[in-house]
Amino acid sequence: MVTRPILPLRLSGAVARRKGKTIVGPVDLDLGPTGCTIVMGPNGAGKTTLLRLMHGLERLADGTIDWQIPDVEAREAQAYVFQTPVMMRRSVLDNVAFPLTLHGVHRKEARDRAADWLVRVGLEAAADRQATVLSGGERQKLALARALIREPQILFLDEPCASLDGRATRDIEAILQAARADGTRLVMATHDMGQARRLADEVLFIHHGRLHDSGPAPSFFGSAPTPEARAFLRGDILE
Amino acid sequence: MNEILQGMIEAGRLIVTLDSDLIEISLRSLQVTVTAVLISSAIGLPLGAFLAVKRFRHRRAAIATLNALMGLPPVVVGLVVYLLLSRSGPFGVLGLLFTPSAMIIAQVIILTPLIASISHQTMRDMWAEYHDLLISLNTTRHQRIRALLWDGRRALLTASLAGFGRGIGEVGAIMIVGGNIDHATRVLTTAIALETGKGEFAVALALGFVLIALALAVNWVIHTLSRTEVGERW
Repeated sequence: MVTRPILPLRLSGAVARRKGKTIVGPVDLDLGPTGCTIVMGPNGAGKTTLLRLMHGLERLADGTIDWQIPDVEAREAQAYVFQTPVMMRRSVLDNVAFPLTLHGVHRKEARDRAADWLVRVGLEAAADRQATVLSGGERQKLALARALIREPQILFLDEPCASLDGRATRDIEAILQAARADGTRLVMATHDMGQARRLADEVLFIHHGRLHDSGPAPSFFGSAPTPEARAFLRGDILE
Repeated sequence: MNEILQGMIEAGRLIVTLDSDLIEISLRSLQVTVTAVLISSAIGLPLGAFLAVKRFRHRRAAIATLNALMGLPPVVVGLVVYLLLSRSGPFGVLGLLFTPSAMIIAQVIILTPLIASISHQTMRDMWAEYHDLLISLNTTRHQRIRALLWDGRRALLTASLAGFGRGIGEVGAIMIVGGNIDHATRVLTTAIALETGKGEFAVALALGFVLIALALAVNWVIHTLSRTEVGERW
């Protein structure tokens, strides 16, 4: 486990391109060591790509992304929860234990720690079930447990509550609040305005791949500085 | 029709009386094919996963070649292995020609591309599903291949069973390198070829029915032991 702090994170002129077309950027951004940053914006704005870029899943076409320690080490202290969680074809318990076994933790110890995490996320009754038969909410809980078991310093979440009902969303948010209280930095893309208001310490508003607004949540929701952000907050359709 | 009926009766008689020759050649068939499938699986399954995970120059050509090798003519493989193992060949000193080992070598050459190719198809689909997660978890290539092979093990069983199906019914290569020697290299398929040549159609058919029954039994036992198609499993 990486003990040296990897945050703050600094993006300078970061650009992601696909087939020559700029999807995101250039983005200049500083992410501090604590709190919850919500990335907002309309569909296709580049929220997911920005998250993937920061996590290293997307190739950086231009600019720099600097962690406080070398990228290879910093990667060990990050985790990512996908909008559609990947369920490995094994039991729920073994899914959660998997990241630990990758890093040489003995299988029994990894399973014991995974069992603890299943209790925390309320999936202990499903420990021996195959992960692929879980419901949408249970899948996201599993993905969160699998991401948090290595105690990452930063957790990226790509619309983790999309298509979940209210109860499942509340459970997921409780897990995220607990993770934040334990010191995990959260960076989450979401469409859900209510969720953003409940969780955000800071908001990034992205449109057409460009960072339009960024700042503390109260001032963003109170008086967003750009017309695009204000229109988005009113619920207008942005072109 | 009469010959088929006679063949079925003869097959029943051979099995009920536990005919010693039948048991010997059946066991040899199993020994040769199962050994070849195990070796081919040990090579082909990881090779399929490697080709799914690793991006390299000429990868597409390598996959196309592997797929093409699925159709290797057994007789040609047998001939090449024969020349390599014959007394004047480069491996003649090993004295393997006309032994079960030579038959296993020929079958490994035939089965490996088949198993690797089917494995690659399975692993490619799984890699598409697992890609982001395994990259996000900062896994090494070795860890990725291991995860894919482990989680895809039931699907990969199909690849090995396809190899078994081809191996147990193979005759051209093992006839050339084994020589169909009684009590030494005779197996079910070469015995069928021999009996057909002699005009003993009932015996040949009987052996054919035993061969089919053997292939079905092995598939059934493996599916039962690996608990495929059970509940939540794949």
